[in-house]
Amino acid sequence: MPKDIDRDEVQRLANSGARIIDVLPKADYEQFHLPGAISIQLEKIDAASTKHLPKDQPLITYCQDTQ
Amino acid sequence: MSARAAWRLESLGFTHVYRYTAGKMDWRASGLPIEGQFADEPCAKDIARRDVPTCRLDERVSEARRRAGHWPVCVVVNEQKIVLGLLRLQTMQANVQQTVEEVMESGPRTYRPYARPEQLKRYFDKHQDRHGAPITTADGELIGFVLREDVERTQSGS
Repeated sequence: MPKDIDRDEVQRLANSGARIIDVLPKADYEQFHLPGAISIQLEKIDAASTKHLPKDQPLITYCQDTQ
Repeated sequence: MSARAAWRLESLGFTHVYRYTAGKMDWRASGLPIEGQFADEPCAKDIARRDVPTCRLDERVSEARRRAGHWPVCVVVNEQKIVLGLLRLQTMQANVQQTVEEVMESGPRTYRPYARPEQLKRYFDKHQDRHGAPITTADGELIGFVLREDVERTQSGS
């Protein structure tokens, strides 16, 4: 079950090697995103778009706010 | 959106999936670094003065005034640096014997660190803020104070 985390936890996990995934439309991602975040839009998340990510690597998803 | 994304990732076999519930607006409002087109645009956190004087509710105004020095304001904060009020120079000069809590301007307008200079100028004009305003996180924690003169200097490019 995905775990909800706050800003401090995002920073801690990112410093420990977690990958951050921006699931917003590309235009929103290009305006600004968290440092190091990669863009995989929600509707494009599938086996092919995530095959480069290790299954046991911590992943953090985010969007604008509480959408 | 991020919740559905997190669940979808789990369905694909990822075992450590987290969701940053507050999202990127929370990140930006905290003044943390960002990447992208907006990263190079000057904003409030870039021109906010971090050395703005602060005081506590129970202090004497005379003490706040002394600490303010050449500043036209003193920001009232609690131990967590949450902005509770504002003392302006005129108030500090006229009420030296009272406590900060008795004479402060309660709940002053604050702005987020990503506000752009032209937005700040518009807000300052609209609300007749002669000096400027505190910049805080979305949680109300003081980051600094943007002086009106700094906004105008940024806009004129000097």
